[in-house]
Amino acid sequence: MQSAGAYSVQPLWCLIAAMICLPTPDAALVARRAEIVRALRGLVRADNVIDDDVRLAAYETDALTAYRQRPLAVALPESTAEVAAILRYAAREGVKVVPRGAGTSLSGGAIPAADAIVVGLGKFNRILDVDYANRCVVAQSGVTNLAISHAVAAEGFYYAPDPSSQIACTIGGNVAENSGGVHCLKYGLTTNNVLGVELVTPEGDVVRLGGKHLDSGGYDFLGLVVGSEGLLGIVTEVTVRILRRPETARALLIGFDAVESAGACVAAIIAAGITPAGMEMMDAPAIHAAEAFVGVGYPLDVAALLIVELDGPAVEVDLLVGRVATIARANGAKYERASASERERLAFWAGRKAAFPAVGRISPDYYCMDGTIPRRELPRVLGAIAEMSARFRLKVANVFHAGDGNLHPLILYDANVPGELDRAEAFGSEILKLCVDTGGVLTGEHGVGLEKRDLMTYQFEDADLEVQHRIKHAFDPDVRFNPGKVFPTLRRCAEQGREHVHAGRQRFPNLPRF
Amino acid sequence: MSTASTSSVATRALRPRDSADVAEIIATHPRALEPIGGGALRGVGHEVDADILALDALAGVVAYEPEELVMTALAGTPLATVERDLAAHAQRLAFEPPDFGALLDNAAPRTIGGVLAANLAGSRRVSAGAARDHFLGCEAVTGRGERFKAGGRVVKNVTGYDVPKVLAGSWGTLAVLTAVTVRVAPLPETERTLVVPSATADDALLVMSAALGSPHDVSAAAFDAERGCVLRMEGFAASVDAREAALARMLRGAWSAESGAAGAPQRLVSARGEIATLGADESRALWAAIGGAVALAPWPVVWRISVPPTDAPRVLAALAPERHLLDWGGGLIWAAFSSVESARVRGAVREGHATLFKAPREARAANAVFHPQPPALALATERLKHAFDPGGRLSPGRLG
Repeated sequence: MQSAGAYSVQPLWCLIAAMICLPTPDAALVARRAEIVRALRGLVRADNVIDDDVRLAAYETDALTAYRQRPLAVALPESTAEVAAILRYAAREGVKVVPRGAGTSLSGGAIPAADAIVVGLGKFNRILDVDYANRCVVAQSGVTNLAISHAVAAEGFYYAPDPSSQIACTIGGNVAENSGGVHCLKYGLTTNNVLGVELVTPEGDVVRLGGKHLDSGGYDFLGLVVGSEGLLGIVTEVTVRILRRPETARALLIGFDAVESAGACVAAIIAAGITPAGMEMMDAPAIHAAEAFVGVGYPLDVAALLIVELDGPAVEVDLLVGRVATIARANGAKYERASASERERLAFWAGRKAAFPAVGRISPDYYCMDGTIPRRELPRVLGAIAEMSARFRLKVANVFHAGDGNLHPLILYDANVPGELDRAEAFGSEILKLCVDTGGVLTGEHGVGLEKRDLMTYQFEDADLEVQHRIKHAFDPDVRFNPGKVFPTLRRCAEQGREHVHAGRQRFPNLPRF
Repeated sequence: MSTASTSSVATRALRPRDSADVAEIIATHPRALEPIGGGALRGVGHEVDADILALDALAGVVAYEPEELVMTALAGTPLATVERDLAAHAQRLAFEPPDFGALLDNAAPRTIGGVLAANLAGSRRVSAGAARDHFLGCEAVTGRGERFKAGGRVVKNVTGYDVPKVLAGSWGTLAVLTAVTVRVAPLPETERTLVVPSATADDALLVMSAALGSPHDVSAAAFDAERGCVLRMEGFAASVDAREAALARMLRGAWSAESGAAGAPQRLVSARGEIATLGADESRALWAAIGGAVALAPWPVVWRISVPPTDAPRVLAALAPERHLLDWGGGLIWAAFSSVESARVRGAVREGHATLFKAPREARAANAVFHPQPPALALATERLKHAFDPGGRLSPGRLG
């Protein structure tokens, strides 16, 4: 831990707030900062290289704000050729690289390293081709998720994956994180909706993987790059498939006395051959917080609330709304309402979509988890979380993508009360381990990033991780891309760290999170 | 482990009983190995100078939870077993693994591991995705003889690299699958197919693009010059009825204002024909035959070509095959010839890839079977192969 001349390297690599180690910076690289900045200014327009503290501050974290680290510099290339030139330079000089889209990662995927440059894709903001006959859109990687749907909305099309940050997150970031959304039970994750990418490898080679055609001729590098969290290269262009917007959509609001009944209802809907567009569950604390915040008329005397959305041709939607209602009654629903208008459908969703900020109103801090479990384990897992809640003396509100088993427990705590942060982190860690124990996984859609990196050894054996390391080395033999992310490092100081939100000081306060 | 002669494989084969056996064989066997399930796809790709590693003893469904929409099975489980178990719970594999038995003149049984290792999907590829899209997790053994697991048993999972994706379509050249977890889907109540007369591939493209871009949930679209365009609809009976009527109306040109749909209203059905409908049984049989490219079976040489759908008419015109089929809304061209025609085929494909899917042994040996890659991608391929199988022990040369 050496100081490096005029540039102020932050003295603690282990960030106190959440106790996850960033890799120890390479002092020699840090010492070469001025030279690196000069070289970058020869590769892209001079004012597209940021090295002043004021402007660098905007890049020092992402949506996992408990962690901050100033990079050596930020480069904002304007073309694939510029990206390639930067990466060739970085490869030649051994410079580390952290790719960045909009910086909305909830797992710290875009947090810089002290000895790395950030390559921001903010200027890659053009939609290049809208092709209805082939049902696809080609966009530069910095285009936002929602902008793609907007570009094709007038013709009745949309891009299906809809992460909650879709007004801000970029399609390149979606590729890196394999982003989901509330509709992925029916429409799939990013990986199922991306047809191709242009990738600049860590060595600066430009390769096209996939395109407007389906499936690759050789190894499925596209499938590997999607969800690789910026460890394998920089995506500069993305081809996505677009779908015709369903003719109609309706939702049901269904309340139960017991979480078990709600879980049984979800299983019965699936067993009836119905694939809802979305199927969300909230427990009593989440229902109460949401209702107090947005007042959409949720029943307050139920233990679990389901929102089941059906979309498609009107005939089918009406038929299935009836079938789901029948299934709900058979599983002991005590409250049931089907939307009769688009306004009512959106009102059903408004409470669910406001669940995170609603919890933020009733607690100074909260802490969002993202494990996936087999659906049948829901009652057991919620029971265990309730037990942990008592043991750790911290409240918890649960929201759940019930259709695909993706659980978002929100742990309520107050960072100003000594010991609560530690307890919240221990609580969170125990929840994620429980997810793995039930046959699930550490992260369903937020990514491993920095946050869950040190829990990887709980889900994977050494041999499993070894295979992943070898894949990394095949792309990035010098291990310069997005250092410190996804894989546990030898220096491990703690296992915790999730999305911490303190007193509403979220980095993207206007982004909905669900 | 045992060395035995398997019924489907003519040569001597190593037959491991479990994944530990697989690991031991790979680590200790003196020669390269060609992993196979039942051997149904051995005729695709370059012949490999290796001993056979037959996985048919690794058979059986390990766990099937219909309400979770997942199944875990040992890699050598016959596909027929998987499909039978799924059907008993009104479920199926949505990607519709095609049966190439007739095309390749090979009656060997297909296995779930083989289907995934080849990443072959049928006509529903265009709406439901490929095999790789339903491949959630696996246990496998690398070319170094190391057992590992990847992915998981849940649909929503972003923990680490999506290794199953890259094993799908690797044809056993990176690792040997020993157990796989797949996502399964509900079996639809019924299905029906509209047969739309189309004289040319250009006409067919218009029809297929309009149908797949409509809100009527068309799950597959194909074209055969002898029959015309075929458009498949599946789902709840009432929904299929309504969609069939709406799609036919749209194609006859009575559509536009009612759906507020894309593009100018257009009469897509050529004047000389009428739209016909196939019921569920006929429809299923038709799509099984299209997925397996059965109509091309009499020809010695068959190319499987993936292109952007709107490129298909141009590519077809350049190829002038003796017999052809378009599937995937035009994105998949099956083209049959009496001779290999490699230069003509590969020269015609501007974007996409062409696989010499069926050809006599000597012709396969003399030609690149899989589409040649640009240098940067070829380098990445070499490095990935090296990462999994540095000694080149698993089906060396198969993907050339």
